[in-house]
Amino acid sequence: MTAPMTPPETGAPRKRSLVLPITAVVVLVGAFGWLIWGGLDKNVVFFLTPNELLAKGTGGMNVPVRLGGQVKPGTVKWDDKTLDLRFDVVDTNGTGMIHVKSKGAPPQMFRDGMGVVVEGRFGADSLFQSSQLMVKHSNEYRAPKAGEKPQEMYKSLMKGSGQ
Amino acid sequence: MTSVNAQTTLQAPAQGRSTGFGWFAVLFLIAAQVTAIVISPPDRDMGDLQKIMYVHFPVALNTFTCFFVVLLFSVRFLWQRREQDDLLAASAAEVGTIMTGLTLALGMLWGRPAWGVWWVWDPRLTSTLVLFLIFAGYLALREFVEDPERRGVWSAAVGILGALNVPIVYMSVRWWRTLHQVQSSPSTVDPSYVIGIRLNLTAVLLLTIFLIWRRYEAALTERAAEHVLQTAALGGANA
Repeated sequence: MTAPMTPPETGAPRKRSLVLPITAVVVLVGAFGWLIWGGLDKNVVFFLTPNELLAKGTGGMNVPVRLGGQVKPGTVKWDDKTLDLRFDVVDTNGTGMIHVKSKGAPPQMFRDGMGVVVEGRFGADSLFQSSQLMVKHSNEYRAPKAGEKPQEMYKSLMKGSGQ
Repeated sequence: MTSVNAQTTLQAPAQGRSTGFGWFAVLFLIAAQVTAIVISPPDRDMGDLQKIMYVHFPVALNTFTCFFVVLLFSVRFLWQRREQDDLLAASAAEVGTIMTGLTLALGMLWGRPAWGVWWVWDPRLTSTLVLFLIFAGYLALREFVEDPERRGVWSAAVGILGALNVPIVYMSVRWWRTLHQVQSSPSTVDPSYVIGIRLNLTAVLLLTIFLIWRRYEAALTERAAEHVLQTAALGGANA
């Protein structure tokens, strides 16, 4: 059953060395294990919530950071002349508000209550200057209700902007 | 000194056995795509962009099917040393690598309009890229190792390691914060979308089985030819 598949071309049977593959697997499995249970969840955080960023105090200011949360309903302001977009981001429980300023038209799905991740810097003036605005979609897929048209939020936001 | 062990001499498979199944899989896929697109309304948030889901998600999930096959037959190869197991694992790895690449490409096409970015280094996207790179490495490794047995052992080691990454990819959206959303379920997806997803999951599974099967037939044929040449080179006295 464990006979070599192919005979050696000359002389004595070649010794089958499993040391290297087994060592490699052990090392790599260990590394993966460390990544999962040890390192990643503490050290690598894709984004901070508003409360976490505020808790950092001045340490969280003027450094590149990702902020993730929800667009607080009713706070979206779009200036169609300067292309400035302003809105507030809060934790999912509604606390920890941070004012965000972004430039340019947002992704289509951007609207009140939507999850967002913004890259940028939190200034000492308590304004988060966003250099990249990303919309986080939920895991829900819903048909429009009767009379509702998809993507209307985007168009209403862009109204008067010349587009 | 004996010639190639009769027990391990590979026979070329009868050609074309998978063809009928392949046609069935392709036609099923076309029917599933058409059905899904026709019966589902545009999504409330993203409109017709949602249609990418009918390819992205089934392909992504079936990469896991491929890598499960890799895991299974790599382990059995290390245990029993049948070359067929190595060839089947390699075939599944090849299909899985292409499908992981497709998952990434479709995800990027979806991400740009939906999220606003082509790519982001969040744990889901990063771990998927790592999965792709491990199996790209697996395929490269096979090209560099001449001896079939050593090639089999090394491939199996990398294949098992790569397959261990699958649960990490799957759970990444729950273990860590990501831009990518967590798994949907029938309770978060309207019934008009669920049917299309189920049909296409089945269709892509059939296509995956066909592709692995067809690739395995080709690999067997190739190795059987090499066995014949090897036997001849070793004298062929026992033949």
